[in-house]
Amino acid sequence: MSDTAITTGRAPSVYVPSAEALATVLAPAERPARPSPLAASLTFGWRALLKIKHVPEQLFDVTAFPIIMVLMFTYLFGGALADSPRAYLQFFLPGIMVTSVVMITMYTGVGLNNDIEKGVFDRIRTLPVWRPAALVGMIFGDVLRYVLAAVVILSVGLVLGFRPDGGLLGVLAGIGLLVVFSFAFSWVWTFFGLVLRSEKSVMGVSMMVLFPLTFLSNVFVEPSTMPGWLQAFVKVNPITHLVGAVRAAMAGSMDGPNTMWLLLWSAGFVVVFGTLTMYRYNRH
Amino acid sequence: MSNRNTGLAVEAEGLVRSFGTTRALDGLDLRVPAGTVYGVLGPNGAGKTTAVRVLATLLRPDGGTARVFGHDVVRDADAVRSRVSLTGQYASLDEDLTGAENLILLARLLGLSRAGARDRADQLLAAFGLAEAAGRQVKKYSGGMRRRIDIAASILNTPDLLFLDEPTTGLDPRSRNQVWAIVRAVVAYGTTVLLTTQYLDEADQLAGRIAVVDHGRVIAEGTPGELKSSVGSGSVHIRLRDPGQRPQAEKVLRAALGVPVQLDTDPVALTARVGEDGTDLEASAQAARALGELAGAGIVVDDFSLGQPSLDEVFLALTDHPAVPADERDDELEAAR
Repeated sequence: MSDTAITTGRAPSVYVPSAEALATVLAPAERPARPSPLAASLTFGWRALLKIKHVPEQLFDVTAFPIIMVLMFTYLFGGALADSPRAYLQFFLPGIMVTSVVMITMYTGVGLNNDIEKGVFDRIRTLPVWRPAALVGMIFGDVLRYVLAAVVILSVGLVLGFRPDGGLLGVLAGIGLLVVFSFAFSWVWTFFGLVLRSEKSVMGVSMMVLFPLTFLSNVFVEPSTMPGWLQAFVKVNPITHLVGAVRAAMAGSMDGPNTMWLLLWSAGFVVVFGTLTMYRYNRH
Repeated sequence: MSNRNTGLAVEAEGLVRSFGTTRALDGLDLRVPAGTVYGVLGPNGAGKTTAVRVLATLLRPDGGTARVFGHDVVRDADAVRSRVSLTGQYASLDEDLTGAENLILLARLLGLSRAGARDRADQLLAAFGLAEAAGRQVKKYSGGMRRRIDIAASILNTPDLLFLDEPTTGLDPRSRNQVWAIVRAVVAYGTTVLLTTQYLDEADQLAGRIAVVDHGRVIAEGTPGELKSSVGSGSVHIRLRDPGQRPQAEKVLRAALGVPVQLDTDPVALTARVGEDGTDLEASAQAARALGELAGAGIVVDDFSLGQPSLDEVFLALTDHPAVPADERDDELEAAR
């Protein structure tokens, strides 16, 4: 090329603040009424949806992770614990669904910790809205992720041969119970997300709680095969009640005691950890 | 809103707040008249940000009281929140969301309808020169654009009191001028602005009154003119060719100007405060005299400048200690030796 042209590109338009334009936005206007607690929470839920839209990679943990969990454990234990992976799946699928979704709840704490790090919460906390709205809305967004994970697991299960006797209604009831519990359980992580210093320590603590909680339950095997002291723990583990209730719902029946226990546990988590969370949130 | 333009926007008495063993606020008093720009000037770690966070209801003080438009920041936090806005030192918007989404989200939280929120966001984006960037994620904004969208978010509700925590730190001169123009417009519409800064010239340009903060207390308060006249309106910086001539240069300058002369850590540098009466013309005349006298005494000057006193000089004048923490200063001295 003989004549090398210097490409200057489009000159960026320089912003000059204009008094008239600023006047229109600064003119005092009627203050609208405060949004209701529900409206504010839903608005924060919308924020969570927008984040999923802009950063879809964050759905990796609710899609790929559950698929891996189902495939891995079905084929790992299926032959040993039942006649075939397919037979094991009838027992196992509700349990692995609970395990995967409950494990995903920890990202609520990780996300909150991250938000605080970045300073977004400074602005949110100076807004005159119902105080828990930001956290409730955040968990609303997470509930959507839980539903998505549950549907992904169900789909993989159906492909592999899971045939729930409860039909569509039973499956929906099961997923509903799981979502109720996960919503409540998320408050444990909002508390840790506020108390702990870094994302990493939130992850560390959640893993330490979640692994024993999900594995030392009736998810993988019948508790009757375990030593007595372990059975004692498994019996009071909320995950055991949850799995019992979800399994029954998907099989087309209803497990009254387990369902009652799981709802009691859920209420307990919201009351205890919801209160602790708000206490920390107001004083952070 | 009886006291939107009259009375005091902020009344703080004896605020104390500790973090571990550090007393970030150590009996801070502040009285900010409504309808003005009030500057809180101080170096890093002086307690400026802590003060703003207490006044904006983000932190509870350990002691003392603070009222914003008459509402107690602890007992009546909700009433305070409905009248103030804070633009923090660090991005206080959701970086993953676009500029428009951030504003719509906040407008909805302030109670605007869906359509109302959208209109308000569009208006603000246009007024702040961000219409083109409306659909871009905030993390892709430049420093100046970010500061603008942050301020736009803070005036969504046309607050009565706007806190700006170091609004121009890290900005290039053009972006800084844009922020200054916005601050002037905001206060012209009746909003009180409390801004923290490390730059004396910024406080001088914008603020009607300034509080100088150090170690969590106010060590001086007044109009920029009052403060400057306590320090001198300018300082002359001189670099000599021969460090051996410095003692002589010091003597000449002290005699010619009648002011204290500071020997800098650099062995060829001296600084003299001029314009003690606070007028810039006096400062210029003294500077000219200084250069003439030095040349007359046969002292070779390599570099000569007249500038505003720096924050460090203000500090030195007010506290007898520099704005830089003492240990860092010692390190510098060690390194210079």
